[in-house]
Amino acid sequence: MTAAEANALYDCRDAFAAVLEELGGADERIVAVVNDSVGSSKLGGFAVRFPERIINVGIAEQNQVGVAAGLEGGGRIPVVSCAGSFLSARAMEQIKIDAAYSYRHMVLAAQSPGLAYGQLGSTHHSAEDVAWMRVIPNMTVIVPADPVETAAAVRWAVTEHDGPVYIRISRMKVPAVHASDYVFTPGRATMLRDGDDLTIITNGTVLHRALAAAQALAAEGIGARVLSMACVKPLDEQAVLVAAQETGGLITAEEGLASGGLGGAVTELVTAHRPVPVRRIGIPDTFAPTGSEGRLMDLWGISADGIIATAKELLGRPGAKEPET
Amino acid sequence: MTFTVELPVLGRTTPDMSREEVIAHIKEGARLIRRKDLTLVANAGMGHLGGEFSITDVLATLYLHVLNVTPGKLHDPERDRLILSKGHAACALYTTLAASGLLDVTELETFVQPESRLNGHPNRLYVDAVEANTGPLGHGLPIAVGQAIAAQLDGSPRRVFVLTGDGELQEGSNWEALMFASQRGLANLCVVADRNHLQQGATTEDTNDLNPLDGKARAFGMEVVDVDAHDVGALLDAFAKVPAASGRPTFIIAHSHKGHPISFMSDAVAWHHRLPTDAEVERALAELEALA
Repeated sequence: MTAAEANALYDCRDAFAAVLEELGGADERIVAVVNDSVGSSKLGGFAVRFPERIINVGIAEQNQVGVAAGLEGGGRIPVVSCAGSFLSARAMEQIKIDAAYSYRHMVLAAQSPGLAYGQLGSTHHSAEDVAWMRVIPNMTVIVPADPVETAAAVRWAVTEHDGPVYIRISRMKVPAVHASDYVFTPGRATMLRDGDDLTIITNGTVLHRALAAAQALAAEGIGARVLSMACVKPLDEQAVLVAAQETGGLITAEEGLASGGLGGAVTELVTAHRPVPVRRIGIPDTFAPTGSEGRLMDLWGISADGIIATAKELLGRPGAKEPET
Repeated sequence: MTFTVELPVLGRTTPDMSREEVIAHIKEGARLIRRKDLTLVANAGMGHLGGEFSITDVLATLYLHVLNVTPGKLHDPERDRLILSKGHAACALYTTLAASGLLDVTELETFVQPESRLNGHPNRLYVDAVEANTGPLGHGLPIAVGQAIAAQLDGSPRRVFVLTGDGELQEGSNWEALMFASQRGLANLCVVADRNHLQQGATTEDTNDLNPLDGKARAFGMEVVDVDAHDVGALLDAFAKVPAASGRPTFIIAHSHKGHPISFMSDAVAWHHRLPTDAEVERALAELEALA
């Protein structure tokens, strides 16, 4: 990786669109099902190359997921692309019944998830989606951290998996943290940094923040392990339990609800098998004030500084933030 | 009491049959399907007889004659598709599938028994001939639209039928799907609305009136066909119009009676999921025998 590449920031939608176009060229069964979202999904290139295979249902998310299920029943591989907030909430029953209960090979690409539409307000924030999707049987839930992981996960979901997959596609620009030869493996975390004192388990837009936090903590003599946990379901249980055993304390950090999603999954696991302190960083149980994605993440400590403060609190170090009462 | 009646495997009509013979085959099939369905629901203590009898003639017409689905072609990509969107009528579907040879007749007795494949609502993963998991209302039509688009993309002549309740049309997802079916020019799609005017708790008119259903469907770009849902000849004529020459999706308003043809069930709102007493089963069976 060149220095320029190392400093570059990427919109993961570009990786999504590029890999889908590549896969679409190789397999004519692949169709994109959009809800007036060709532009926001960055699927203009796909639409030009495969005009018959872009199915635009208009602004109708329940129909969008149902139509995709029918396309699957007709031998196609549908990739549903829709803003995460509307896909998860508006079409929840279709996702549960038509995709998951029916065990259909459908890829649900949740665009611009989390707080991506910061200033547009809580109507457009997709805070709950990972928590909701995680509790649906048969559903695989993936939150990629960078363009490399996004492309690899979409490739796996379309070409190798045979069931429903929910995958978040971030628009907030992120650096590439995974090696270019990275291969997505379901249920497998990637340890990007080792450490003995605690483990930060994270994914999506928070991963590079966690790496920055770990680097800063190292400067203060704190060894933070960083687990890149793109696959929230199935969770890499072994990696989590080993981390719990070897580092003694865990922090989860995600651009989603602090409870219910990745944090919920990790907490449930360690509570049952290896109880250790867990601190969950994420969106609190509230609707957001106006603010950009970055500002809201900072506000709620979904940031390098937030992770550093939480790590110190977890370890009982000086400078730790005041414990919440 | 446990009731036992036999259901022969009737199979599909054959090309050498006259129209009269086809109609007789389907009518007798529907009579035997209702008889079996009645006893299965009574024995299981669960089911939706009113809505099942409402569509039995439609199901029998489709599976015994119209649909290009046979035991040997159950997984043929070019088969016609039927999605039972009013999934609570599952027992009528299972019984019709068995009469058609698409499901083992002996398995019917397991309806809603522990670990049975025959759930109270259809599941495609359990029963090969089921095309979609349904139950919550308003799911079948969007799936059918997707199926029809897949056929359109394939340049295939296969047709997609979806059977919805009329109360079910109060779900907004149906109208999203109808609008899109029209937009896509899905002539290979046939919606059959079971127009019995009754939903679980009251008439559709007293709940959220669908009228004028024909005008609404027409305004959504459908080719509307009105038909008596209990007149097999009329059903054959209606289905023969699919795909419509106009290139539009077909919307068949199948005017039916919930609980038909049982005297004490017909048009009675109570029979959405009421269970018959033993005496009522005997009486209904006698009424069905009288139709033979």
